[in-house]
Amino acid sequence: MKIIINGETRETSAKTLANLLADLDYEGEWLATAVNGELVQSATRTKYRLADGDRIEILSPMQGG
Amino acid sequence: MLKLYDKTFQSRLLLGTARYPSPLIMEEAIRSSRAEIVTVSLRREMAGHQQGSQFFEMIRALGVQILPNTAGCHSAREAILTAEMARDVFKTNWIKLEVICNHDTLAPDVFGLVEAAKSLCANGFEVFPYTTDDLGVAEQLMRAGCKVLMPWAAPIGSARGPVNPSALKSMRGYFPEIVLIVDAGLGRPSHAMQVMEWGYDAVLLNTAVAGAGDPVAMASAFAAATDAGHKAYEAGMLEPRDMAVPSTPIIGQAVFS
Repeated sequence: MKIIINGETRETSAKTLANLLADLDYEGEWLATAVNGELVQSATRTKYRLADGDRIEILSPMQGG
Repeated sequence: MLKLYDKTFQSRLLLGTARYPSPLIMEEAIRSSRAEIVTVSLRREMAGHQQGSQFFEMIRALGVQILPNTAGCHSAREAILTAEMARDVFKTNWIKLEVICNHDTLAPDVFGLVEAAKSLCANGFEVFPYTTDDLGVAEQLMRAGCKVLMPWAAPIGSARGPVNPSALKSMRGYFPEIVLIVDAGLGRPSHAMQVMEWGYDAVLLNTAVAGAGDPVAMASAFAAATDAGHKAYEAGMLEPRDMAVPSTPIIGQAVFS
């Protein structure tokens, strides 16, 4: 299926958000995720099933003022 | 002591983590400032890079309180989602709420700000709103549940210092109880000292330190100025007058003619 990750369209066979992060080498506990404009908490990524066309944002800590 | 929601701090200087010449200089500047609270942000992470983790491990090692921000958000909806994502990552209810209305001035969108503050406060966040010096907006933010307000002194990164002193002084006078932190637009230690002399509780800086020729030395200068301004306010300063007042007693003065 096709999904959009941080604005970029990708093909994936990952079933869940946690699978997707692992497939794409997103590692570490300092990640925040949202799908279609809604927060997906880190604790629920293993249960969150992806669907065709999902828009996924993957954020991490960054310098800020 | 500075009390922010249920936490207390010795330092009255909050420091941003952006725009330093290097991560090492940022780390040294934070130490030199004696800041106990630093602001951080969230941005898109590229697959396999782990840049965010490396940065955040460095900040965590400093043992400071994290104040995540919603910088770059231009609507209440964006700011609310960013705040929720920040809480999930940083495990804190604190959020520096920024809703921006204009690209050039980075002025707060006060309508979006109040809307987002209502929602976030209702959902257990402890909100630090980046706002203007407008008293009506301040009242609405307090009604929404904000226990801290952060009015700007001047546009972000402008280094102009307080452009509307009477408005900032009125805000302090009108809200004597609420915690007020000047956020944005300070450029020099004298600016920080000035607002602290007016009775502001703290200052939040970033560019003034990070963009200085020597950020570590400037962080220390701002720390000293912030402390001096606060001590002066607490000590009770003289009001200026037009005519001279002799400091040496006149009684007992010799008469030579």
